[in-house]
Amino acid sequence: MATYTLTHVEKKPLSFSVPVLAAAGAFAGLFIGTAQGSGPIGFVGGAVMLALLGLVCLTALSNDKEKIARWLILLGMAAAGYAFGALPGLVVGALFGWFFGWFIYWIGEGRYRANLVPYLTPGQVLWHYSFRVICGMIFFFLITPIVVVMPLSFNAENFFTFTPEMLRFDPAGYSLKHYRDFFNSPDWQQALWNSVTIAPVATLLSVTFGTLAAIGLSSEHVPFKRAIMAILISPMIVPLIISAAGMYFFYSRLGLQGTYWGVVLAHAALGIPFVIITVTATLVGFDRSLTRAAANMGANPVTTFFRVQMPLILPGVISGGLFAFITSFDEVVVVLFVGSAGQKTLPWQMFIGLREQISPTILAVATILVSLSILLLATVEVLRRRSERLRGMSPG
Amino acid sequence: MRPFHTDKNKFDKNKDANGDTMSDVTDATTAKNAPTPDDALRISDSKASGPVLAADGTPLKKSLKRALRAQKLRALALIAPLLIFILITFIAPIGDMLFRSVENQIVSSTLQNTVVELEDWDPAGADIPGEPTFEALYWDLFLAAEAKEHTKLGTRLNYEETGVSSLFRGVGRGIDDFGEDQVEALEDFDPVWEDEMFWYTLMSGGDGAEQNSRHLSAARERLTTLTTDDFIGSAGFVPGAEISELLPRTISEYSTFALFTVFADEDVVAEEEPWEAVKVSLIQELTSGVDLAGYSGPGAAELRAAQDMLADQPAIDFKQAFLDDDEDWADPGLWETIKLYSPPFTTGYFLKAVDLQKTVGGVEAVPDGEKIYGTLFKRTLFMSMVIMGSCILLGYPIAWILANLPVRTANLLLILVLLPFWTSLLVRTSAWKVMLQQQGVINDILVWLGMIADDSRLVMINNQFGTIVAMTHILLPFMILPMYSVMQTIPQTYLRAAKSLGATNWTAFWRVYFPQSIPGIGAGSILVFILSIGYYITPEIVGGTTGTFISNRIAYHISSSLNWGLAAALGSILLAAVLILYWAYDKIVGIDNVKLG
Repeated sequence: MATYTLTHVEKKPLSFSVPVLAAAGAFAGLFIGTAQGSGPIGFVGGAVMLALLGLVCLTALSNDKEKIARWLILLGMAAAGYAFGALPGLVVGALFGWFFGWFIYWIGEGRYRANLVPYLTPGQVLWHYSFRVICGMIFFFLITPIVVVMPLSFNAENFFTFTPEMLRFDPAGYSLKHYRDFFNSPDWQQALWNSVTIAPVATLLSVTFGTLAAIGLSSEHVPFKRAIMAILISPMIVPLIISAAGMYFFYSRLGLQGTYWGVVLAHAALGIPFVIITVTATLVGFDRSLTRAAANMGANPVTTFFRVQMPLILPGVISGGLFAFITSFDEVVVVLFVGSAGQKTLPWQMFIGLREQISPTILAVATILVSLSILLLATVEVLRRRSERLRGMSPG
Repeated sequence: MRPFHTDKNKFDKNKDANGDTMSDVTDATTAKNAPTPDDALRISDSKASGPVLAADGTPLKKSLKRALRAQKLRALALIAPLLIFILITFIAPIGDMLFRSVENQIVSSTLQNTVVELEDWDPAGADIPGEPTFEALYWDLFLAAEAKEHTKLGTRLNYEETGVSSLFRGVGRGIDDFGEDQVEALEDFDPVWEDEMFWYTLMSGGDGAEQNSRHLSAARERLTTLTTDDFIGSAGFVPGAEISELLPRTISEYSTFALFTVFADEDVVAEEEPWEAVKVSLIQELTSGVDLAGYSGPGAAELRAAQDMLADQPAIDFKQAFLDDDEDWADPGLWETIKLYSPPFTTGYFLKAVDLQKTVGGVEAVPDGEKIYGTLFKRTLFMSMVIMGSCILLGYPIAWILANLPVRTANLLLILVLLPFWTSLLVRTSAWKVMLQQQGVINDILVWLGMIADDSRLVMINNQFGTIVAMTHILLPFMILPMYSVMQTIPQTYLRAAKSLGATNWTAFWRVYFPQSIPGIGAGSILVFILSIGYYITPEIVGGTTGTFISNRIAYHISSSLNWGLAAALGSILLAAVLILYWAYDKIVGIDNVKLG
């Protein structure tokens, strides 16, 4: 919330507030009504209830009594929810209560105009908030599938959906069963082990080659720079199935198909574009006079690289490495073709799990992987900030 | 930097020695605040009084050029390891795939003699090929069956004409018995023909006889072509020169047998009875009236006796033998197929990939019921378009709001975009499976809300809808991020300016903001489109049968039907499409402008 307001906030007339609140109540009531058996009753009931609540709050309970009124609404709706649907009803009711308590005053007191420029027409204000709601729904679409997986992984049953016990918040509905499965099953442990041994080696290869090449590419006098760049980025662009097919054919000729090194080489190739892109981006901000200064003071190229250039581009190199790591760690198509049963990685095991015997252990693995990606995301973000700070420090 | 740098040092150190010319340079460089490396070049160009010299007396221009060349080489040396790495681990496999899409050596390497015979056969005629072709087929298939290569060829030709695979497998079992009557007559007439030592002496011409290894090397080549193993080394057998002249076919078959025995079976030639094809070839040559009068080497008497005996026997009818084995050998379609696919390279796979087929009369469309690839390509394109479209629709508002909110809020919201981006693809796909199933979260909520009945749950997975929803979610960050980075650069004041000049909200957006955001839409769209037309995992898991892409078909041909040539051809077409888009992306956005995270 901003501490200042763009527009003077003034109380709206009841002739505006009450119908708006009634409409909102009708909308919410419709859902509750259908859930409980009758849509129309819910529709009318919701409208009437919210109109009355609004009327009472905005006339009798305004100003200093606002806090009390909001708590009353919250508790009242929670109690109503509990009466209808026990514990889950209580939670839903409380949420509704919190929201409507805020909504009544937000509409009635005209607070919704606070952060908007004064000259907006009512239509524009409506559009402004509709747009926010649309965006919120898209964000919801983006994040829900990932969030839904997490509680489901604690399911005590072998179902892929919420059981009634889970919805009742009954502790019996939850268990660490699927996590135990993951840690006790030799298949999953072997897969985890394979992933852990393949990804770092592939990452090391791509980071080493990729960083050297990015430094070479950042020099101004490289012939065929565009063509070289296009070749080096191509593993990212060529569909994985085509890379997988080609590698399968070619590596069988070389005897690499079905070996550990075959998979490592394939994954290193797939990770290289990410290293190239991130390191090149970091090098754009790199001040070349620093290496010249180092050379001027007698450092040889190797010393210059490790003592001057490397510390400055390190954030880029590490985040490129993380990208390469996650590429290899997540990759399933290429390993499916280039690897054999001995190189079965975690994603491969998940893929089999999804396609053949559906086991909720996958959800436990998924939750672990999501935690891992949150960790990686945080690391990359910290590195990016550090890189920007370092760049700001250099006199470029 | 360094080579260039040392040059400059030298140049400074020797400044006094070179007098006048040098001081000009110093003046010029000190006159400006920031000297650049090419100052010297400019000065040397502008001076009429001769070139500026570097420390070692070479013109500065040349010296600078050398330094630049060194720098260039150093940059290339840094790039080279990666370039070689990518060429070997990535580009070569792609090349191999392209090669496989036209390669077709298996027919000509397995049916070496038959292919030669078929050259003169006219498929437009009504008749199937005659006896010589069948005889050639016998020699080829006998060896192929021994080396167990005939099933591979059968599988290959089965892609073009169904039934060939079982035909070849069947003949592989029965081919040992072709010419059985004659061979048995020969062996009954004189048991010496079953004696391995007698055969060895006959073929090698006995101890100390003149030798001729021409047939042996021909046999070696024949086997190498067939099996791709190398048959190099001593076979412990060299054909005799006299017998080679007299019975070339038999010697050739025996040499092949000898090499195969030594290298594939790892036995000794002299201790193994020759296989039936050798005896059949001898019978063929003796009955064709070879003149044995002048022959005096080992086994001369037995040969003459055998020739006399065989004169009373009926000749071996190869065509009949094949037809007895399976009457499908009389099918002209089979022979057309063999002839059509006998060249070492074929366009057949590509034609098949676009629902065409090769026939004697040229290229034709396949019957309507068998057209699958056209539909699949169209579906892939259509669904990629829909996914791209829905990504634009959903991504544009998000990119807009991210670009127009205060930086702190925008960064927080950006996490909601980046988290899916960083989450494992399989996690997201399994999440959608959880959400969309009939007993899944969305259906459960809808049932709970009473919007649908429990017994009429929506089918949202294993069809196109499931694939489109899941892939839109997966690819949405790839649309939002490029759009966001473009929209960040559009000043918000433009919109306000437009409005203050009287534009409505819509006009201001449509005429001022939108045109400036098009590069972002373009970049995101191409990226999403490229990624989606090659997608495999998600359609495989949530696509069922109607929501699969061309990639799924490629994977099927590699791992299940084993028709690698067709898989390679489909892959090449897909690759071509992607490369065109990649090229467009490079033109529009520039590869070096790709940003991550």
